[in-house]
Amino acid sequence: MIDPASIPQLNKHFRLQWEEAQDCYVLLYPEGMVKLNESAGLILNCVDGSKSVEVIIAELAERFPQVEDIASDIEAFMTTASAQRWVAFS
Amino acid sequence: MSAAPEISPPLWLLAELTYRCPLQCPYCSNPVELASAGTELSTEDWFRVLQQARKMGAAQLGFSGGEPLVRQDLELLVAEARRLGFYSNLITSGVGLTSDRVGALREAGLDHIQISFQSTDSDISELLSGSRKAFAHKLAMAEAVKSAGYPMVLNFVLHRHNIDQIEQIIDLSHELGADYVELANAQYHGWALLNRDELMPSREQLSRAEMVTNAWREAHPDGMRLFFVVPDYYEERPKPCMNGWAKMFLAVAPDGLALPCHSARSLPLEFPNVRDHEVAAIWNESAAFNAYRGFDWMQEPCRSCPEKEQDFGGCRCQAFALTGDASQPDPVCTKSDQRGQIDAALTAANCHNASSSALQYRTWSASQNIITSTR
Repeated sequence: MIDPASIPQLNKHFRLQWEEAQDCYVLLYPEGMVKLNESAGLILNCVDGSKSVEVIIAELAERFPQVEDIASDIEAFMTTASAQRWVAFS
Repeated sequence: MSAAPEISPPLWLLAELTYRCPLQCPYCSNPVELASAGTELSTEDWFRVLQQARKMGAAQLGFSGGEPLVRQDLELLVAEARRLGFYSNLITSGVGLTSDRVGALREAGLDHIQISFQSTDSDISELLSGSRKAFAHKLAMAEAVKSAGYPMVLNFVLHRHNIDQIEQIIDLSHELGADYVELANAQYHGWALLNRDELMPSREQLSRAEMVTNAWREAHPDGMRLFFVVPDYYEERPKPCMNGWAKMFLAVAPDGLALPCHSARSLPLEFPNVRDHEVAAIWNESAAFNAYRGFDWMQEPCRSCPEKEQDFGGCRCQAFALTGDASQPDPVCTKSDQRGQIDAALTAANCHNASSSALQYRTWSASQNIITSTR
């Protein structure tokens, strides 16, 4: 379970970058690249090392009011991102 | 006739800056004909290649060789790569690296340095690399890389002379604070194929090393990541080499030859040179890059095989080296009628006591002798 008050930070060994040729955000790391889907790209773009998970949820809920249950999508992504070591929480 | 395969852009660029190297590892993945390569590309040539490949969509960039640190313009190339938005990896033996250079490369925008080790002690390192001092220097440079804030990836090429040190290899990597460790058995191309019978581990050695690796992973679920790669000879299906011919990977050799894989130089194809052609034209239009794209080039049993979209028929270089025909199935596949060659090599590896005295080292003169004797 991800604590909504915890603050995600991008692992310093990963770089988030928009790739025009692939039309998506990617995460780059030593000799590897993860292609992110649209929502993963949006969420990771909010991760700046100062906003908590609940702040990110509130921000994206305001931007995308039509998306139902955006909070559980974001929490599920944070769980994956943590297991993959893309982000760490403090 | 099916339609021509759709061409996806290259996502990876391997820049082999030079074939020069202070070490002589007998499993080197460079082609054995390396002494026949033409003069090295200039700094401006490389700038142009980086720009053209990046424009097509390449995002991962490996600076490799030979030993890429031999190039005095490495920092300039790294800076240009950073400016263009590449994620750049330096694949090095660590020989030629200094703490100052580690810092200068960081400043230029290098993202990652991978140091390769021959073993965990200086005796075996010397036996394999031909250098007495290399091992201690590698240790010092691994520490410098770590303290400069790079992610640390260590690479150990495994074979029968060092695979039994797997515990020490993992312990050393852990002590050095590695984030990722590649425990990669030699793949038998180029120099490694020449030395195959002296390098191939036995089945027993291999399964023990895998067991030790798995046990470490279980005991350290949050620890460094270990990647274990078996020699493909021990598999029943071929590896999906390069994820398919000219599908995402582009290598440029020191003399500018553009290749869909770093060992493809050994194939009887006319590879285009980046001195003469734009990267996009090479990638999209050249005969060599289209030679094994898609599935139409395949022979049976690949052509009608339900697994062809997973492994693309395996490795073209291995098919050519072992059968003389690059469009044959990779003989690793148990469906190949040439699989007997792989089994014979495994039988040899499992019943004779190879001695390191017969190793053929990767030197310029050895390469020249090989070129002369095959003419």
